[in-house]
Amino acid sequence: MPLRSPQNIADPVLEISNLNLYYGTSRALKDISLTIPRKQVTAFIGPSGCGKSTLLRCFNRMNDLLDNVRIEGSIKLDGDEITSPDLDVISLRRRVGMVFQQSNPFPKSIYENIVYGLRIAGVRDKAILDETVERSLRGAAIWDEAKDRLHDSALGLSGGQAQRICIARAIAVNPEIILMDEPCSALDPIATAKIEELINELKEQYTVVIVTHNMQQAARVSDFTAFLYLGELIEYDETKRIFTNPSNRHTEDYITGRFG
Amino acid sequence: MGNFWKQGEPQVWATAATLSITLLMIATLIGVVMVNGLGFFWPSDTALVSLKDGSKLLGEITDTEKQTATHGARLQLKIGNRDLYGQDFRWIDKGDVASITYPDDAIVLERKEHGNFYGFLKSLSLNIPQSASAATPWQQMLAARENVIQAQRNLGDLRDKMSKLNAAAESLRLKILKLSFDNAPANRDTIQRLSQQREQSLAEFNLLLDDLNTKNGELNRNTATFQDVSGEEKEIALTDIVHAYRPNTMGVFAKAAFYAGKIKELLLEEPRESNTEGGLFPAIFGTVMMVLLMSIFSLPFGVIAAIYLREYAKEGMLVRLVRIAVNNLAGVPSIVYGVFGLGFFVYGIGSGIDQLFYPERLPTPTFGTGGILWASLTLALLTVPVVIVSTEEGLASVPKGLRQGSLSLGATKFQTLMKIVLPMATPGIMTGLILAMARAAGEVAPLMLVGVVKLAPSLPIDGQFPFFHMDRKFMHLGFHIYDVGFQSPNVEAAKPMVFVTTLLLLAIVIVASSSAIHLRNRMKKKYSTKAF
Repeated sequence: MPLRSPQNIADPVLEISNLNLYYGTSRALKDISLTIPRKQVTAFIGPSGCGKSTLLRCFNRMNDLLDNVRIEGSIKLDGDEITSPDLDVISLRRRVGMVFQQSNPFPKSIYENIVYGLRIAGVRDKAILDETVERSLRGAAIWDEAKDRLHDSALGLSGGQAQRICIARAIAVNPEIILMDEPCSALDPIATAKIEELINELKEQYTVVIVTHNMQQAARVSDFTAFLYLGELIEYDETKRIFTNPSNRHTEDYITGRFG
Repeated sequence: MGNFWKQGEPQVWATAATLSITLLMIATLIGVVMVNGLGFFWPSDTALVSLKDGSKLLGEITDTEKQTATHGARLQLKIGNRDLYGQDFRWIDKGDVASITYPDDAIVLERKEHGNFYGFLKSLSLNIPQSASAATPWQQMLAARENVIQAQRNLGDLRDKMSKLNAAAESLRLKILKLSFDNAPANRDTIQRLSQQREQSLAEFNLLLDDLNTKNGELNRNTATFQDVSGEEKEIALTDIVHAYRPNTMGVFAKAAFYAGKIKELLLEEPRESNTEGGLFPAIFGTVMMVLLMSIFSLPFGVIAAIYLREYAKEGMLVRLVRIAVNNLAGVPSIVYGVFGLGFFVYGIGSGIDQLFYPERLPTPTFGTGGILWASLTLALLTVPVVIVSTEEGLASVPKGLRQGSLSLGATKFQTLMKIVLPMATPGIMTGLILAMARAAGEVAPLMLVGVVKLAPSLPIDGQFPFFHMDRKFMHLGFHIYDVGFQSPNVEAAKPMVFVTTLLLLAIVIVASSSAIHLRNRMKKKYSTKAF
C-alpha cells in the first residue's frame, strides 16, 4: 500500500514514528508515522474503532489511565521524547490540552472552571486569574455570552456553550497543542458551526489536532487530514488533496461514503 | 388473558400494595407510640370510685378491658399512694362499682419519692411566713410550696461551693496518689502540704454540708397533711412535692399549660424514681453526643478507606476480598461489636492508658472501664462499613469525563480527587453518614457492654476542667427504654415512660437524618450535571 505523505511540512511540532500500541495482546495502532505541523489544523478521520482517538490520546498520555496499554515507537514534541515512562506527565498535559467528545464542565462557576488549570498549578494572583479568564473566554468566543455570569454554575450552560467553556479552559493554561476528540458530535448544527469557526481562529496561536467522524467537518476546518483504517495510517496529506484527489482507493471509498 | 399478564398491570398493583403495607406498618408504629406516649402528660381527671361493698378508691382510670369470660368489663385504676398501699394500680370489676364521681377537692401530688399521691388536703404546718393573699388552705399550700422551692433554689450557691470544694479535694487526692506512687519519700513534704490542703477543703466542705443540712431540715419541716380516700393521714414535706394540682377543677387551657410544663420538664430535667418519672435530659444529651462522636470517628475513617479502595487499590483478588469483608461486617450482629469493644477498647486500650497515665489510681479504672469514648468508637466500628460502601458508590458515580477533564489540564490524581471527585461524591458520603447515624442512634446491645448506664451521676461535658470527660459513663435513650420498660420495679407505672422515650428517640433520629438529608439535597443540586 503506497503511503502518500505531505512533503511540505516545514515546521513540525509532533513527530510520530513507528508507533505501535497494544491493548493487552491486541494491536490497536500499527506502525504509525506522521508529523503534525505547527499552528495548523490536522484532522484524523476514519471509521469507528480505527484507532484515531487512541492515537490522539497518545499525545497527552491519556492512555496511561487505562490498564494493559503498551506503547512502542517514538513521539517527539518539539524534539522531546514523550513516550518514556519517566516523563513528567503533568507538564506534558499543560503543553498539550484536550477537549472531549462530551463537554465536561466542572460543577463549579464558569470563572472557577477557567482558572482550574492555573489554580492547581499554584497561581494565586487575582489579577493574573482575572486576565486569564477574559483572554481565554475571548479566545473561545464565549466572552460576550459569559461575561455577566462568570460566577454562575457552568452546569447551567447549553451544550455548545459548555463545549466552548471547555475549550476556554484548555487554552487558559496556554498549551502548544489542543487535542479535540470529536468535539462537535454531541452538538446541534448551529453550535457545531460556532465551534468550527472557533477552530479556525485557534490555529493562529495553537496547533489543533481534531478527531472527527464528520467528513465535511474535516474538509471545512482542517489543513491536513490523516485517514486511519484498522489501526493503520492509510493516507496523510493536505486536506484539499485528500478530498479531491485521494491516492488510495480505501480513502476514496471512505470519503465518498462507500463504507464506514 | 395472556396480554393482561404481559402488560404487567397485576405486578404494578402488587408492588403498590406492598408499598402501602409497608407505609401502613410504619404509620401504625408511630401512631401507637404517639398515642401512648403523648397522652401520658395530660392531667386526667381523678375519679372517686365507690364500690358496692362500701369501700372507696381515688385515682385515675387508666384502662378499661373487656372480660371475655364474664362478659363484663374491668377498669384499671391508678390509685398511687405507693407508700400506703404498696401498689399503684388496681383492677376493679365494673360490676362492683356503685358510683363514680369527680370531686373538686381531689388532689394529685407528684412527689420526689413514692410516686403520685391521690387524696385531700387536711392541714398545713409551716415555719415560713404565710402569704396574705391566699384565702383557702389549698392556695396557702401552693404559695408556701412556691416559697419553699424558691428558698431551696437559693441554696444553690451553697451547693456550687460544695461541689467545687469536693472537686478540689478529689483532684488533690489524685495528685497525692500520683506523688506517693512516683516517689513517696522524696515528695513527702509536698504530700504533707497537699494532704493538709485537702483536709482543709474537706473540713470546709463538711461545715457547708452541716449548714446545708440544717437549712434543708428547716425547709423540710414545712409540711402538709393529706388524707387518702379511706381517711388515712399522711404528712408530706412541701419540698418533696414536684407538682400539686386538682385536675377536676382544671379547664382545657390549664391542662394544656400543665402539659407544656411537663414536656419542658421531660426535655430539660433529670430523671426521678428509678427513671420512671421526671425528665430525660441526660439520656437525650448522651444519645446526641454519642452519635456526634461516632460520626466524627467513623466518617473520616470510612471515607479515607473507601478512597483507597476505589481510587488507588489495584483491582484484584485482595481488593475483592476486602470488599466482601466490608460488606459482611455490616451484617455482623451488633452485640459482637459490643464484645469486641469491651475486649479491645476497654480492657485492651483502656487498661493500657490507665497503666501508662494513671497508674496511681489503679485498681480503680479511669479509661479501663466503659465510657462514652469507647462506646462511640465501638459504634464507629459498627457503622464504618456503611460509610465505606456508600462512599464507594458516591465515588463511582462521578463521571469519568470530569476526571479526565481535570487530568488533561495537568492536575495530579490527588488534585483531581480533592477538587473534583470528592466534592461530587459528598451526596453519597452524606447518605452513608445518614444511615450510620440512624443505625448508631438506635443501637443498644453493644452499648450495654461499653459504657451505658442506668443513671449517670454527671454529664460527659460539664464546667469542670477539662470539660470533655470522655471516660465518663453516660445515659442513652435506647438503653433507657430497655431499663425503664423491663428492669423497673414498677413496670405498670413505667409503661408510659417507655413510649415517651421511644417517641423521643424516634424524634432525634428523624431530626438528625432529615437535617442531613436536607444538606445532601442542597449539595446534590449544586453538583448535579445538567442533562441535555
